[in-house]
Amino acid sequence: MAKIIEGLYYSESHEYVRVEGEFGYVGITDYAQSQLGNVVYVDMPEEEDEVTAGEEFGAVESVKAASDLFSPVSGEVVEVNSALEDEPELINQDAFANWIMKVRMSDPSELENLLDAAAYAKICE
Amino acid sequence: MSDKRTCLYERHLALNAKMVSFGGFEMPIQYTDIADEHNAVRKACGVFDVSHMGEVLVTGPEAERFVQHIFTNDVAGAPEGKIFYGMMLHPHGGTVDDLLVYKENDERFFLVINAANIDKDYAWIVEQAAGFDVVTENQSEYYGQLAVQGPLAEAVVEKVLGLECKELVFYTFKKMEVDGETIILSRTGYTGEDGFEIYGSHAFTQRNWDKLIESGECKPCALGCRDTLRFEVGLPLYGDELTDDLSPLEAGLGMFAKLDKEEFVGKEALVKQKAEGLTRKVVGIELEGRAIPRHGYEVVVNDEVVGHVTTGYNSISTGKSVCMALLKIEYAKLGTPVQVRIHRKLHNGVVVKKRFYEKSYKK
Repeated sequence: MAKIIEGLYYSESHEYVRVEGEFGYVGITDYAQSQLGNVVYVDMPEEEDEVTAGEEFGAVESVKAASDLFSPVSGEVVEVNSALEDEPELINQDAFANWIMKVRMSDPSELENLLDAAAYAKICE
Repeated sequence: MSDKRTCLYERHLALNAKMVSFGGFEMPIQYTDIADEHNAVRKACGVFDVSHMGEVLVTGPEAERFVQHIFTNDVAGAPEGKIFYGMMLHPHGGTVDDLLVYKENDERFFLVINAANIDKDYAWIVEQAAGFDVVTENQSEYYGQLAVQGPLAEAVVEKVLGLECKELVFYTFKKMEVDGETIILSRTGYTGEDGFEIYGSHAFTQRNWDKLIESGECKPCALGCRDTLRFEVGLPLYGDELTDDLSPLEAGLGMFAKLDKEEFVGKEALVKQKAEGLTRKVVGIELEGRAIPRHGYEVVVNDEVVGHVTTGYNSISTGKSVCMALLKIEYAKLGTPVQVRIHRKLHNGVVVKKRFYEKSYKK
């Protein structure tokens, strides 16, 4: 059974946002990593890139396939999780601890379009 | 049209395989993990269900002359029990399929073709057979096929299956009577490791699959790692590095097209290609980072698209991101700097030999 954490915001495409003040930490959910299998590469944006809610910002890749990542929020990328460059498998070990990018959100009201833990649990059934 | 199933379909489900559509068959892509299965074949032993492959028997007084006519490699005067790799070509030089030809004797040849091409190939073979004193038979429905691959394959086939195989040298085969039927055992494979391919009835294939799995000495391995294994040692996959539109010369497989042979379908086109010079070629590319080049991605030089990736992975055996790619000939020289567009970014790489890992066949 995939882990789902209360208090995070979720997208239907299986990304999450953990909000701390004006920043959102974005990653993929435990359900997403379990479906994907062993992650062998994470294609991340660069710092200072602008990301837009609903648009592609990178990809997580298994041996066989690349899965595009869609940003749940808009804003500026202020940090990427560089540990994933050498150890992409950290996502399999703990997807919620190993976020992919930290975004300074330009429009926090976009969070209202995302799912809470209970609603997200339903689409993982 | 719904996919066909091999005689081991129920067994794949019982092993919780992830199933995909491949070449018109519902096949396992992985049982547990592609990398684990890949490493089992490189370091120990794995068994693949390759029953989806097609088999065509050619018999008759003119069987050898006919095979010489449709096949790029040269089987003339070969000893019985020898196997050849090569292609069947269209008159324009594009590839109908790549295949193995097993020579039983001058009047009996066994052709092993790709699953996705069985109908196309057989129709083409029958068409070519007009005017030759031969009989062709599509035996694809009859045969199941197991591939036992890896450095321990010989020991496993002898001990677990009880089939003597030590004396077989690479690219030879023998027929054996086992449990009241005639089976074919060859020292061949598609992984770059030592190994065997075993052709028999569905019942024989099921019994021997069960023996191998129950022994615990041979890991069930699926198509996912079959592709990563063949890719690392530079073996082509029809549909990626060979197509109806691509010749063996362009694929870098000229050594399997014997232009000194008297005649074969497509020879004139290859001779012309060689004389005029190729315009494109399949090469290897090694990238600097870990980003993964995949089928269809663009290869770029100075902002110009100069080709596309045919197969690519982060190599499981070496950890490097590498690919095979079809490039315009002026960029195909070893050492040429190129870039591959992966998602939004261009990644630096260099043209290398399309063998990313050394084969370890037992000659």
